[in-house]
Amino acid sequence: MTYRSHADLGGQDVPGAIVQEPEGESFHAPWEPRVMALVVAMVPTGMSNIDMNRSVRETLPNYRDLSYYEIWFAALEKLASQKGVLSDAPPPPKQVLRADTVLATIKKGSPTSRPASSLARFSVGDRVRTAAAPAEHHTRLPGYARGKVGVIDTVHGVHVFPDTNARGLGESPQWLYTVKFDARELWGENAQAPYSIVSVDAFEPYLEPA
Amino acid sequence: MELRVRALEARLSENGYIDPAALDVLIDAYQTRIGPRNGAQVVARAWVHPEFRRWLLQDATAAIASLGFAGRQGEHMTAVENTPDVHNMVVCTLCSCYPWSVLGLPPTWYKSAPYRARAIKDPRGVLREFGVELPQTTQIRIWDSTAEVRYLVLPQRPAGAKLLSERELANLVTRDSMIGTGLPKSP
Repeated sequence: MTYRSHADLGGQDVPGAIVQEPEGESFHAPWEPRVMALVVAMVPTGMSNIDMNRSVRETLPNYRDLSYYEIWFAALEKLASQKGVLSDAPPPPKQVLRADTVLATIKKGSPTSRPASSLARFSVGDRVRTAAAPAEHHTRLPGYARGKVGVIDTVHGVHVFPDTNARGLGESPQWLYTVKFDARELWGENAQAPYSIVSVDAFEPYLEPA
Repeated sequence: MELRVRALEARLSENGYIDPAALDVLIDAYQTRIGPRNGAQVVARAWVHPEFRRWLLQDATAAIASLGFAGRQGEHMTAVENTPDVHNMVVCTLCSCYPWSVLGLPPTWYKSAPYRARAIKDPRGVLREFGVELPQTTQIRIWDSTAEVRYLVLPQRPAGAKLLSERELANLVTRDSMIGTGLPKSP
């Protein structure tokens, strides 16, 4: 089965205005904060990881018709049911978020950096070409940046690799780089002068020397 | 939606996965403690203290943590500085990655298809929608947050703000100016 993300929107023709919003207006319906909190509270239970969550969200067939918290909710519902968490005999949660541990848990976060077990293949200033073929699974290389030549801007150390983590294949940590591209490389003759610079954060397996 | 959300919450609670009291604390935290005023303090500090600015640009995660803002969706921070020559703008074309620890929850437009589609291809057009017109000589740099690095824009300190205190300066810093779709307010 072909993997299809409906979330890879960069550079696409999407009609509609960007509707601005005053600061402090985080929610637009009473159920939205509950969904936000449910999603955050499910993290310590170990039901899924952030990459699985993103993969389930981006493959929802009606992704484009849903609001963002509707997407979060639909994916949560789907994962919870897939993982048996809603069944009469649910697997035990790893940990349950309690009221008195919320603030400490937020403060701790979930860093994705991991110890390096290899040398980085690229250094700042190196020219690289991104993978051209679309992935048959969750990935974090956006379509507009596939098969393009850019320059390494930053080396971020080694981080959890979403492409394997999303599929339950382990963290398989990889070197992470910020790669910058000239607008002309990305958009060709559709690039608008004065040309901007766009960067993505790309994992080493997405890159080859150019 | 209301009913579906309530039903799922009840089932997860019944099955021992979530504690509804923890949800209340979470919601309160993101409504009262964790929002763009945190980021505004970081920016104002960098405007006033050159050493903090240097630290922020070198190791944003540590510099920001020193002000007490750390953790979820801010574990790996990078600060990018606007200058007369370069204007930075942040987007997540693949989902809604956003520096929660300093800006709180993302506004709806940041997660919306039009912003995610256009920010990288037509940044000047997007800025115009936000009422921002930059000189043609200013280069625009767009940071697509495609991994777990989160970006905070350090806007330029507004002219004529010399005599203001750090706290007064923080009041000039808008959420949008820290995403790069806006500029700080004038004093």
